[in-house]
Amino acid sequence: MSQNNESLSLAETSKKLKFTWNTQRVILLVVIAMWVFLSIATENFLTLSNIQNVLRQVTIQGINAVGVTLVIITAGIDLSIGSVVALINILFALFLVKGLPIWLGILIVLAIATGLGFVNGFFIHQFRVPPFIATLAMMSIARGAALLISGGRNIFGLPRSIANFSSGTFLGIPNLFWFLVVVIIFMEFLLRKTTFGRYVYAVGSNPEAARLSGINIGLVIIGVYMIAGFLWGLSGILETSRIWMGVPSTGTGYELDAIAAAVLGGASLMGAQGSAIGAFLGALVMATIYNGSVLLNINPFWQRIIVGIILIITVSIDQMRTRKK
Amino acid sequence: MKSENNFDNSVIMRNITKTFPGVVALSNVNFSIKKGEVRGLVGENGAGKSTLIKILTGAYTPDEGEIQIFGERFEALNPIISERMGIAVVYQDLMLASHLTVYENIFLGSEFAKFGLINKKAMIKKTEELLRSLQYDKIINPIDKVSNLSSAHKGMVAIAKALTKNAKVLILDEPTAVLAEKEINELFRVIKQLKNEGISIIYISHRLEEVFEICDTVTVLKDGKVVGHKKVEETTEDELITMMVGRDLKKEMFREREIGEEILRVENIKSGKVKNCSFSLRAGEIVGLYGLVGSGRTELARALFGAEPIEEGKIYLKGQEIKKLSPSRAIKKKMGFVPEERREHGLALKLTVKENINLPIYSRISKLGLVKTKEELKNTHNFIKSLSIKTPSIYQKVENLSGGNQQKVVLAKWLASESEVFILDEPTNGIDVGAKEEIYELINELASRKNAILFISSYIPELMSICDRILVMREGTIVGEVKRKDFSEERILSLAIKNKNNKVGVHQNESK
Repeated sequence: MSQNNESLSLAETSKKLKFTWNTQRVILLVVIAMWVFLSIATENFLTLSNIQNVLRQVTIQGINAVGVTLVIITAGIDLSIGSVVALINILFALFLVKGLPIWLGILIVLAIATGLGFVNGFFIHQFRVPPFIATLAMMSIARGAALLISGGRNIFGLPRSIANFSSGTFLGIPNLFWFLVVVIIFMEFLLRKTTFGRYVYAVGSNPEAARLSGINIGLVIIGVYMIAGFLWGLSGILETSRIWMGVPSTGTGYELDAIAAAVLGGASLMGAQGSAIGAFLGALVMATIYNGSVLLNINPFWQRIIVGIILIITVSIDQMRTRKK
Repeated sequence: MKSENNFDNSVIMRNITKTFPGVVALSNVNFSIKKGEVRGLVGENGAGKSTLIKILTGAYTPDEGEIQIFGERFEALNPIISERMGIAVVYQDLMLASHLTVYENIFLGSEFAKFGLINKKAMIKKTEELLRSLQYDKIINPIDKVSNLSSAHKGMVAIAKALTKNAKVLILDEPTAVLAEKEINELFRVIKQLKNEGISIIYISHRLEEVFEICDTVTVLKDGKVVGHKKVEETTEDELITMMVGRDLKKEMFREREIGEEILRVENIKSGKVKNCSFSLRAGEIVGLYGLVGSGRTELARALFGAEPIEEGKIYLKGQEIKKLSPSRAIKKKMGFVPEERREHGLALKLTVKENINLPIYSRISKLGLVKTKEELKNTHNFIKSLSIKTPSIYQKVENLSGGNQQKVVLAKWLASESEVFILDEPTNGIDVGAKEEIYELINELASRKNAILFISSYIPELMSICDRILVMREGTIVGEVKRKDFSEERILSLAIKNKNNKVGVHQNESK
């Protein structure tokens, strides 16, 4: 009997792989198709420097997409991404200009970003503020704070090493991209291997059933928004390195790009669905479109239109497929 | 309208038969009601009352039989014809749009409008007239939001809404379940007024004393058949109860077991509408809890598990008082809870069988927050096997399973967490016969392994076939207990239905 069971579970495992593969298959195919097309259609796409460029471009968006996927799995949303990135960018730039050691600046801004995430989660759980509203408020507050602190002006005079870091590579891969790799591995691990990950999906599927199964929902919700906040902080630091100054208007629209990438990668706004790899693939599609349209000399204004079209088509296909089941 | 005058009856239903797969819901039912008659319709859960009503409102098509409404013949109705013929239902849960105002609700779908522009004034005026005719013009304002009204006033709005559609036959489905005494009298005043205007009223209620107060005649349904039709002056509550009960007992599921020590003791619990509840469960015991809709049985179950706050009273597990009860604490103390709404409260439908089964025990099968996947899989396979859960894979999403298998997944959760006290709220609700028997067997097995079980059900034969004793709830409190040797559907039902001061020859708990 036990032998029977084992063979059963083996069959099931392969079935499972096939199933999750399916959700992301479409988007992976889109990525491959675009890369093949651009490799043939342009001379410069498949060069080391351009690929490095794409990887640099995808990093911040990728981190945001992975973070917001975690939030979306709980059936939540986070609209404060771009504003928090800007606030962290301003604070970090200010600290560096004031001569604070880099490591200390990093610690402080990460703590602040995580704290902002806590505030989001706290109001969402404790006062049942809808995530859309709570994070919309944070979006407004963080952007206002960034403008207030900077006086609406860009902050210059950051150490050269900051800029060098973002243009540098390690093992031929841009430094920035390594952060995304670590974030993806961390998030996949968190979602797949830990009890916290199981609870995140359970809360996203049915908070009442989760509560009646003894899960501390507050801990899960607040934890999720804190992790998300931490990641926006990381994005803010990397953004600072990339633009080598503090810009209070930076990050505008990042939340929408992140949500689009997450949804492209198979996250469902109804909760309980989504993965870090999927979010990465979604972000990669968008970064490829931006990169490709520059190489193809397409009017840059087309980029957003193309992203919108791909988003609506992908989700429609996905909906049709689940409906059929 | 022409033929109306020639007929005394507003509705005649002849030889109505309706079957669902595996069940005869109505068999050869004859039912008629005169103009200005108030007719009580009583029967146990599942006797066929709602099926009969649904045929009259056109929601269901009968397999056989014919319906005459004011002399016009129909083989089947649909909701539009039924409404046009003047049939209207006021449901217990009222079906009002609570964010809209009173007048918006009353004219929902039939707004006074010209070129799509709404004539608000005219509608408000008409609403005022309607409310005045019910003598509610000073009490309900047409521009109040429905969500701000009391249940009684919502009920009036629903009745007013029915009247705008020129209702001639008004069906009231358990209208008093959520009303206070005074509000019930108000409702009765309105019913009498409508009756005098020649409107026929079908009054469905479990509360027999109300039937005697307001109805002219009463029809008793049992197992889809009309078993009695009486004028209220010519019958008694006891006679009606005798007619309602006596259904064929299902297979006897009871097994002799050794009953051990007390595991759970509840003293004077108060939580929401639940008050003054005391009882105990012993190891190896299956205790039934019966009550009508609205009696507080589900609220009691949720309070026992810590899902609702307990305002007063004490809960002891194995002699130890548990303070600040919450679901997670209840689980730690080895309690398991199968909620009534399996899909809403019991399962994470979008997750897999594996994840659902292990949900309460992840903290146990993990180390430093990492899930021990081997144990997770082992558990899952064990319970799929021991409960014979039919699923193509352990990775199947629970939403794709049948009702019975979903329920087994919920039970598996509490087996996995090694519960010793099981609170089962309608565990066989909405699952097919075969799966039901499997669940009964499972419950028996749990009891024989020295677990204590509280089995809540609104179906008496089910409780009688498996329980050691049955507690009966009415109006938020436990009003009696019937031992296995004294089991009779009649006793249990009369405890649940009758007023506290009516003696029924069953020893009752001291009431306050």
